[in-house]
Amino acid sequence: MVKKIEHLEMVGITKRFPGVLSNNNVNIQIKTGEVLAILGENGAGKTTLMNILYGLYKPDAGKILLNGKQVSINSPKEAIALGIGMVHQHFMLVPTLTVCENVILGLSKSFIVDIKTATQRIREITDTYGLAINPDAYVWQLSVGEQQRVEIIKALYRGANLLILDEPTAVLTPQESKELIQLLRNMSAQGNSIIIISHKLHEVMSLSDRVTVLRDGEVCADVCTRETSQDALAQLMVGREMAPCQREGTFSPGKAVLELQEVYSQGDKGTEALTGVSLTIREGEILGIAGVSGNGQKELAEVIAGLRKLSKGKISLNGKESTKMSPANIIEQGLGYIPEDRLRVGTIPSFSIWENLILKDHHQRPFAKHLLLQNRVIMSHSSSLVEKYGIKTPTLETPTSSLSGGNIQRVILAREITRSPVALVAAYPTRGLDIGATEYLHSKLLEARSNGIGVLLISEDLEELMSLCDNIAVLYEGRVMKVIPVEEANERVLGLLMAGIAEQAS
Amino acid sequence: MERHSYKLEKRLTPSPVMVFIIPIISVLLALILGGIFLSMTGREPLAVYTIMFTDSLGSKYGLTETIVKAIPLALTALGVSLAFKMKLWNIGAEGQFYMGAMGASWLPLTFPTLPVYVMIPGMVVLGMTAGGLWALLTAIPRAIWKVNEIITTLMLNYIAILWVDYLVFGPWRDPLGSNFPITAAFSDAARLPGLGDSRIHSGLFFALAIAVILAIVFKYSRWGYSINVIGSSERAASYAGMNIKRNILLVMFLSGAISGLAGMAEVSGIIGKLQHGISPGYGYTAIIVAWLSKLNPLAILIVSVLFGALQVGGYAAQIEGVPAAVATMLQGMILFFVLGGEIFTNYRVRRVSRKGEESK
Repeated sequence: MVKKIEHLEMVGITKRFPGVLSNNNVNIQIKTGEVLAILGENGAGKTTLMNILYGLYKPDAGKILLNGKQVSINSPKEAIALGIGMVHQHFMLVPTLTVCENVILGLSKSFIVDIKTATQRIREITDTYGLAINPDAYVWQLSVGEQQRVEIIKALYRGANLLILDEPTAVLTPQESKELIQLLRNMSAQGNSIIIISHKLHEVMSLSDRVTVLRDGEVCADVCTRETSQDALAQLMVGREMAPCQREGTFSPGKAVLELQEVYSQGDKGTEALTGVSLTIREGEILGIAGVSGNGQKELAEVIAGLRKLSKGKISLNGKESTKMSPANIIEQGLGYIPEDRLRVGTIPSFSIWENLILKDHHQRPFAKHLLLQNRVIMSHSSSLVEKYGIKTPTLETPTSSLSGGNIQRVILAREITRSPVALVAAYPTRGLDIGATEYLHSKLLEARSNGIGVLLISEDLEELMSLCDNIAVLYEGRVMKVIPVEEANERVLGLLMAGIAEQAS
Repeated sequence: MERHSYKLEKRLTPSPVMVFIIPIISVLLALILGGIFLSMTGREPLAVYTIMFTDSLGSKYGLTETIVKAIPLALTALGVSLAFKMKLWNIGAEGQFYMGAMGASWLPLTFPTLPVYVMIPGMVVLGMTAGGLWALLTAIPRAIWKVNEIITTLMLNYIAILWVDYLVFGPWRDPLGSNFPITAAFSDAARLPGLGDSRIHSGLFFALAIAVILAIVFKYSRWGYSINVIGSSERAASYAGMNIKRNILLVMFLSGAISGLAGMAEVSGIIGKLQHGISPGYGYTAIIVAWLSKLNPLAILIVSVLFGALQVGGYAAQIEGVPAAVATMLQGMILFFVLGGEIFTNYRVRRVSRKGEESK
C-alpha cells in the first residue's frame, strides 16, 4: 500500500536546459488535503518543475522531501510508487482501447488480464469521487473532458494521493472546467493533495488554497489564496500591469463576406454535426461562435475551409458560391483560417519557421518562380514577419516544435493575416495561451476587424467573446440557437442558450 | 554506496557528428558480428573479408562489376526514396523493376529493326511507363480508400516476377534458345552503349541525372516542398490546400517509373534480353540503401556503390566456398546497426547517480 503523503517539499530546485535556466532555486511545499496552484506564464518553468517531481527530469540541483525524508525520484514509476500521480496536458491514452484497458495498461504482471476485477475497482473509484465514466467505453468515443477523467482514474487506480494536473482546463469547456474544479475540491476534501499548474486566474482563485507564482523560472510569490486577489496575481505573474483589449468604435459593417445558408454536415462518426446553420459575416465584423465545444464548432470551421463536405446547404465567400470549391480555391478566394489544432494542422512541428510561414503560398509568386522556390525572397519575407509579429525564435531555421504555444500561434497569425484575407476563421485561437499572448492575439483580431476583414471567432471563453465580438451566435447541437448583438449578451443569456434553452433566454 | 543509472535525454537538435559517425560504426560492427559468425562456421573472417573487398574494389574488373551492380541499386533506391519522402512505403521496387524490364523488352522483341535513336528512347519511355503503371495500381486504392500500400506493393512484386517468368517460359521464349527461359537477344540498337570496353553502361548517367534532379526537387522546388508537407502531416497539407490524392498518384507513378528505368537499363545495358531472375533482389536492397542514405539522393549514389561492392564480394566469397548469403547478412546487419544507432543522433546518454548529480 502506498504511504500517505502528509507533506511534500521541493527545495532549491534548479534545472538548466541548453540555453535556458528553466528553474532557478525553486521552493514549493504542499500538505495533505491542500490544493496548491502553480501559476505562471508559458515558459515560466511550471511544467519543468512538475516533470521533476514526477521523475521525468532530473534537477541539476535541489532535493525533494517527502514526509520530511529526502527521496530521489528517477522515473514516473518511482513517483507513482510514492503516491504521486500526474495528468499531463496532452493525454496519454490509447484511443482504440476501452477505459478499463487504458487504466490497467502496463500494470498487469500475470499473463491473463483480470478485466472484471479491474472494472470493479474502477467503478469503486468513480463512485467515490463522482467521476461519471463507463469503464467499458472506448476512449475514442469520449469527449476531451471525459478522457481527462480517465487520466485521473489512471492515477488514482495506481494509488496516487498527490495529484499533479498540468493545465487541466486548457482543453475543457467552461462547463467541463466547472465540473473538474468541483471534482478536484471533492478529492482534496477526502484527503488528497492536488497541485494544479495554470495560468487562468479565476480558476486558481476558485480552486486553490495556496498559490506559488513562478516568473522566469523563479518563485516570485507564495501566498494564501484567501489573502490575495486576481489583479494582484496577474501583476505578479506578468510583472507589469495589464490592459485588457476591448472592441472600440462603432459597429459599421460592410457587405457580407461569408454567408452560410442552411448548412448540413456530418461529423467524423457519421452523425449530423451541423443541422441547418445559417450565418452571415460582414466586412469589419467579428462574429463570435459561443457554445460548448463538440456542438459543431469544429465541423463549422472545416466546412467553411472546404475541408469537410456539406450534405446540404450553400456557402458563399466574397460573393461567390464556395460550396464545392477545393480548399486551395477557397484559400485563393481569400479565406484565412486559424485552425483549432495549431500543432498538427496549423503548422508542421518539424518544419522550420520559414517553411511554416509559406505553407499556403509556397506555390506562387514571389515565393516560387517556375518550379523552384525563391529562397532569398522567402527568407527576407520571413524575417520581416518574425520581426513584425514579435515571434521569439533564435533563427528562421528553428523547428516550430521548439517554440512556445504563443509563438506558434504568432506564426500562424502572421501567415494568415499577411495574406490579407476577406474573411478569417479563428477556432479557439487563444486556447492554452498565456495572458501576454492572448492580449496580443486579441489586438490583432481587432486590427483585422478595423481593416475590414470579416472575422468568425469560435471560442469557449465568454469574456473573450463579449469583449471582442459585434455579434455572438450560440451553437448548440449543430444549429444556431440565436444570434445576439453583443450589447444584449451576458453570461446568463449565453449560458442558457449554450445549454439549449431558448425560451428563457429571450 | 553510489549507484548509477543511465538515462536517455532527447537532444534539442540531432547531433551532426552522430549523423556522420553512426553509419561508419554500423559498418564496422556489422563486419565484427559477421566475423564472429564466420569464425563460428569454421572460416577465417579476415581472409573472407579480404577476398570480398579485394575482389570488389581492389581490381579494375572488380570495380567495374561493383559499379554495374550499383547502377540498378541506385536507380531503384532513388525510386523508393521519392515515395518514402512522402511517407508512401513503396516496397514494390522489385516488381516495378521487372515490369520496367518487360516494358522495355517489348519494343526490341516486337520491332527488332528499329534504329537506335528510336529504340533506346522508346525503351526508356516504355520501361518507365510500365514500372510507373505497376506502382499506380497500388496508388489508386491508397489514394481513394487508404488501402495500405506496404501490402499491395509487396504483393505485386510476386505477380510481376511470375508474369515475366510466364513470358520468358512461354510466349516470349526464343524458339532458337534451346528451351532456356530467355527471349531472343536484342538487336544492337536496343543495347545501351557501354563505357569504353567495360561492362559499365550508360545507365550510369540515368542514375546520376535522376539523383541530381531529385536532389534539386527535394531541396529547392515547390513540388518537393509539397511532398515534404504531405509526408509530414496530411492534415496540415489539406489545410494548406494541397491536393493529397493527386500527389499520391503522381509520386507513386514516378517512384515506380524510376525503378522501371532501372529494369530497362539492366536488360538493355547488361543482359541484352529478357530472362528469368534478372534481379538478385535489387528492389529490396534498394529499401536499405534509401534508408541508410536518409533519403538523400546524393548519398544514395555512394551507398549504392558500397552495397554493389558487398554484392560482388559475396559472389567472390562464394567461389571460396563461403555462401554468397554472407553479403546479404552483412547488408542486414548494417541496417540493423544504423537503425539502432539512430537513437544516439536524437538522444544523448547521461549517467545519473542516485543522488541526483549528473555527469555526462
